[in-house]
Amino acid sequence: MSKEKEILLRAEGVYKEFPTAKKDQKVHAVNGVNLAIYQGETLALVGESGCGKSTLGRTLIHMLPVTDGVITFHDQEISSMDEKTFRPLRPKMQMIFQDPYASLDPRMTVRDIIAEPLETYHVCKSREETTERVLQLMKAVGVPAEFQNRYPHQFSGGQRQRIGIARAIALQPELIVCDEPVSALDVSVQSQVLNLLKDLQKEYGLTYLFIGHDLSVINFIADRICVMFLGNICEIASKEELYAKPLHPYTEFLMDAIPKADPHLRGEHRKMLTGEIPSPVNVPSGCCFRTRCPYATELCAKQKPELKKVGGRYVACHHAEAVTA
Amino acid sequence: MTFHKKKEIIESLEKGGIAAKKAENTQELLSQVGEKDGILEKLARMCRQNKLAAISALVILLIILASVFAPVIAPYGEAEQDVINRLQAPSLIHPFGTDELGRDVFSRILYGSRVSLVIGILPSVLALVIGIILGLLAGYLGGKTDVIIMRIADIMLSIPSLLLAMVIMYTLGSSTINLFLALSMINWASVARVVRSQTLSLKESEYVEAARSIGVSKWKIMMRHILPNCIPSLIVLFTLEVPSSILSESSLSFLGIGVQPPAASWGLMVNQAKQFLFTQPWLCLAPCISIMVVVLAFNFLGDGLRDVLDPYMKNG
Amino acid sequence: MMGEEQNVLEIKDLKSYFFTEKGVAKAVDGVNITIPKGKIIGLVGESGCGKSMTARSIMGLLKYPGKIAGGHILFEGKDLVGLSERELRKICGNDISMIFQEPMTSLNPVLKVGHQVRETLLVHDHTIGKDEARKKVIEMFQKVGIPEAEKRYDSYPHELSGGLRQRVMIAMAMICKPHLLIADEPTTALDVTIEAQILRLMKQLRDETGTSVLIITHNLGVVAEICDYVYVMYAGKIVEQAPTCELFDHTAHPYTQGLMASIPRIGRNPERLHTIPGVVPNLLHLPQGCTFCTRCEFAEEQCRQEKPKLCQVGEEHWSACFRNEDGFCLSEG
Repeated sequence: MSKEKEILLRAEGVYKEFPTAKKDQKVHAVNGVNLAIYQGETLALVGESGCGKSTLGRTLIHMLPVTDGVITFHDQEISSMDEKTFRPLRPKMQMIFQDPYASLDPRMTVRDIIAEPLETYHVCKSREETTERVLQLMKAVGVPAEFQNRYPHQFSGGQRQRIGIARAIALQPELIVCDEPVSALDVSVQSQVLNLLKDLQKEYGLTYLFIGHDLSVINFIADRICVMFLGNICEIASKEELYAKPLHPYTEFLMDAIPKADPHLRGEHRKMLTGEIPSPVNVPSGCCFRTRCPYATELCAKQKPELKKVGGRYVACHHAEAVTA
Repeated sequence: MTFHKKKEIIESLEKGGIAAKKAENTQELLSQVGEKDGILEKLARMCRQNKLAAISALVILLIILASVFAPVIAPYGEAEQDVINRLQAPSLIHPFGTDELGRDVFSRILYGSRVSLVIGILPSVLALVIGIILGLLAGYLGGKTDVIIMRIADIMLSIPSLLLAMVIMYTLGSSTINLFLALSMINWASVARVVRSQTLSLKESEYVEAARSIGVSKWKIMMRHILPNCIPSLIVLFTLEVPSSILSESSLSFLGIGVQPPAASWGLMVNQAKQFLFTQPWLCLAPCISIMVVVLAFNFLGDGLRDVLDPYMKNG
Repeated sequence: MMGEEQNVLEIKDLKSYFFTEKGVAKAVDGVNITIPKGKIIGLVGESGCGKSMTARSIMGLLKYPGKIAGGHILFEGKDLVGLSERELRKICGNDISMIFQEPMTSLNPVLKVGHQVRETLLVHDHTIGKDEARKKVIEMFQKVGIPEAEKRYDSYPHELSGGLRQRVMIAMAMICKPHLLIADEPTTALDVTIEAQILRLMKQLRDETGTSVLIITHNLGVVAEICDYVYVMYAGKIVEQAPTCELFDHTAHPYTQGLMASIPRIGRNPERLHTIPGVVPNLLHLPQGCTFCTRCEFAEEQCRQEKPKLCQVGEEHWSACFRNEDGFCLSEG
């Protein structure tokens, strides 16, 4: 179904490295990622902390420069653009942040925070027009208009996140990278924000790249899911396919590990990953997951598995067919 | 002693940025019940909690008023001589006595406070401006800009400040303008260091990233998002720069390379009174006590302000 | 005496208030919690509901302007409220241990982790020698599943991953064989795969040592996974308490029901999630009646006027809602 849709953003062989204190060592945050985001969908990036999902999200929308690789947006290559040439495209790609306490400037009023993108791009002609637009946006995200002159600290986490969302949609973007937007929120508020994100997507035809670690949240919001481990993509599949049957062993473990909110399903019998995530400075040879993988063979140490098409989905594992058969 | 304290506070301000996150956690519950107020409310709280700071603020206010209205309050002129009544002990007519030329010491203290305050405040403002700009640039741009600016600042800080001021005054000649320059030169480096370290931590904050994500320019980010969030620390720093400028001015004037006679300056008055130290001690004591009161008042105020303004310094 | 003790900890009508300039914030307001020997008890609630303050009250860690304003905390029959700092320290650390959400901030970054754990042991047990202590620490490290325990003994906190750090914290908490372990959001900062490991470890330690555990969390998934009995807290009060399965199967209080319905679950794909409208009330201005009445879809006039009491609605299952009041109710206080 998704094939008929237009590709909004495509990443080919994207690498992102960070220097470390030692000169000859580098943090390999993203290791050759191929990815396509279709117009109007929600693609979720899932993985444990340090797997490079936030870095990838930021790299895709030009918040961080790529080390290597090509990113195209609407058939326009953006990865090689500098800040200036990219500037007209910036409004099309926005971001929602994880921490609603840290992502709003404590010394600005709500009105000024939401007006900032509008003023930066001179969207409105006058101050009155800007304020009017701000009030519209506040209404769209469900923050009462009379709060426009309050400061962020006078709001609860959920309301702050709504303000952050209003700021992100102010420039009518096409793509929004949501970096764990609900993981700092309480359950009851989390559901409010998730509903809001879904409503806004329908209303404005937004495309989301939703970065998260909570598979049950992602199950609710995502259309397709992309599982990452140590800078590599393990598996990309539609939500239905992935939850019905994970093909990559890592996905399987990840899904098994979620604490289910049902005491009758206590997981004494569950499969559990042993060990810790390897350091992104010394990525294991071959398949990066092999040090934790119970199915690993010699082949996994020698050769890095490519992202292969299996049915309608993609998986990067030498033993995908055998393991999950 | 005050210098030592200043250093300590500057260091704590520099570290502050890093501790910010932690402090926020413990503040969470308080902020949830709305326990967070604006600057005016904080000042009111400071006055209630810290009596010393409140009194200091009052003293500073009185001294500023006295210096502004010196011609009205002072019973005699700044350089009005009355040689017959020279070297008089304090009396009702001359509250602090008279000096060797028969000038009224009380009047001269009042006029001198103008010099001290102007020299305390103006170079501090200038140092603050230079320090803020260089600190912001160094912190936000990083790389070579950072290295160059901060190495210069390190060099400035490694030279004893009074020595540096003396060298500048000797090369440029003694005048009040040059004194301004010299005092600003020795103070900007510590401001730049504080601003830079705060910028470094604020640069990583999510709201600066958010501003970048909506395409705000570097200059605007520095001015709109980073600088306003440095202001509490800068206010504290300012109240510490002022007394150190006053002390430097006094020292330079005492050494004869600061303010030139017949203008009155507290440092100069100490200098002129030193030969009468044992016979007419009030000549010396009056300016010394004035310097002490002003310096202490600013220091106490700075301490009090730091406690209420700087959220990172709260312990608990 | 110990063997006959049924309950390790009994919290009776605990009131912990914050005396701020703007008024009194009742962070914990008349909470009763009983922790039987060898059980894992959950205390669930949203942030700011007072769950962490309850734990801090037990450990005597309330910070200014917070104070215990009333009630009793009976640890093995001894009231901890009103004990001197010194007496309290003797019990807390020896017989009660606590682990925190962020393991990095609770470990000293300049000391080797092995030494830090050994320190805890040496402080509380003067008879033990340094070498023997080291042996015990390494044993403990192995028990909590730290690989290469000998080598890790000499590691610094920053050299360990989040999961390992939390294991070190657990080792430190368990080394004095406490009778009660208080875990404040022990897995919130960790990844799901590590979280599963840590939860399994805590359960395993409970089975081996018989230590009672009080887990404070906002995650109903964690509760479902390991708790025997659950207390649900809202705005400083316990609104519902029940054995875990009973709580999930026969949820009685509207707040708990709302929480349960808010969690996205795999296997169900609703168009929209259930939400609890509004936000947690300001602790300085709590509603006069039921604290939940401002957000409750069933709220009536009575709810706004009177405070509901905990009423029995099932076996060991209590709920503080007028809708559940047909059963037996606790008297006031």
